[in-house]
Amino acid sequence: MIVLAVDVEKRLGSFALAARFEAAAGVTALFGPSGAGKTTIVNMIAGLLTPDRGSIIFDGTLLFDAATGINVPPHRRGIGYVFQEGRLFPHLSVRQNLDYGRRMSGHPRDADQLHRIVTLLDIGGLLDRRPRLLSGGERQRVAVGRALLMRPRLLLFDEPLASLDGGHKREILPYLVRLRDDSGVPMVYVSHTAAELRWIATKVVLVDAGRVVATGGLELLKDADAYELE
Amino acid sequence: MLGLSPAEWTAIELSLRIALVATACALPFGIAIGWLLARKEFWGKTLLDGLVYLPLVLPPVVTGYLLLISFGRRGPIGAFLADYFGIVFSFRWTGAALSCGVMGFPLMVRPIRLALETIDRRLEDAAATLGANRVLVFLTVTLPLALPGVIAGVVLCFARALGEFGATITFVSNIPGETQTISAAIYTLLQIPDGDAAAGRLVLVAIVIALAALIASEWFARRAGMRFQGE
Repeated sequence: MIVLAVDVEKRLGSFALAARFEAAAGVTALFGPSGAGKTTIVNMIAGLLTPDRGSIIFDGTLLFDAATGINVPPHRRGIGYVFQEGRLFPHLSVRQNLDYGRRMSGHPRDADQLHRIVTLLDIGGLLDRRPRLLSGGERQRVAVGRALLMRPRLLLFDEPLASLDGGHKREILPYLVRLRDDSGVPMVYVSHTAAELRWIATKVVLVDAGRVVATGGLELLKDADAYELE
Repeated sequence: MLGLSPAEWTAIELSLRIALVATACALPFGIAIGWLLARKEFWGKTLLDGLVYLPLVLPPVVTGYLLLISFGRRGPIGAFLADYFGIVFSFRWTGAALSCGVMGFPLMVRPIRLALETIDRRLEDAAATLGANRVLVFLTVTLPLALPGVIAGVVLCFARALGEFGATITFVSNIPGETQTISAAIYTLLQIPDGDAAAGRLVLVAIVIALAALIASEWFARRAGMRFQGE
């Protein structure tokens, strides 16, 4: 079943993007070389960037539609976003970062949910620290927890492992796989690394130079080893 | 106490009250204008920018005179405020607070604006995806991150307000117990024979207050900075 249908166009300076794809439950990978426009696409899904034309439909409702002028602001889309650099709030503790989404949406406190996610991501020992004192891998796990605790209907990942070295990448991937299998939240996962996507993706959308050039299963990653060199 | 006469204590109390009220009233405007200048592009931005910094470069007497003809009892703004809100500035301590606030305003806006310009706006995007509307993003992310700049602006404005002389004396004169601040009192004492000793005491008081404000601001700024460092 299709949960997300994206059909957008955007011009940024000399870069023109025109992308169309659909995503179902599971992890849809946006795969392609750096500069292909993958981040631009997820920013439009999150509502941080407004497309020039087209529409974005999630779960049967329009998040964006240029024709009718519908544009749901990011804070009302209910879409969690894990950024490449984590973007934890430096003035808040890990616990306050994790709690931020709940506070902003006014949901009641849910100790069970917090405990579940803290255990899933193994971040119980970090709760009273400041983000500045975390390692890259710890920071990304907290960022994943923060996005999960807002109870997202959809999760976006933008190169969540790109800022980590090899060892830390291997440290995070099992958590993400567990998340995919346990949470039931559909995900869109941006990466230019085929090896990473072989672990996590259930569907692949190949993006190059602002266009979707192919859609399919993990077999697409085989033909695309050239991108590995980047 | 401390060899200060009641009149001198009155001048000190008045100075502190005027500077505090001036700074407190200027702060919301300082944050709003700093935000506008840091974040928005609009018609007349250069003009607003110039207007904000004008009191810094104009002779204080000119600023005081401009306040007198606009906020005085018969000035267009002063008459309006007096008739409809009962707020009177001329020859009142409130007028001294107004002139001090105006004179301190550019010093307040500048660090706030710079702090807002250096904030990583991607953190605001992150807050929006977590469900914060624009007001909440500002209150929970933007403002706390700009706090060191806000503190610097508050201290500079307070110091300027405490030392303001020219604009204040032009606008609301030099009335003991109403508009006579430490600066004005020192000036008055120096005009009379044998006033030197009293003037000297007030000079010492001015130095102590200025140093205390400086140390307090250092302490606040360090605390605010420490929060980001992970203490």
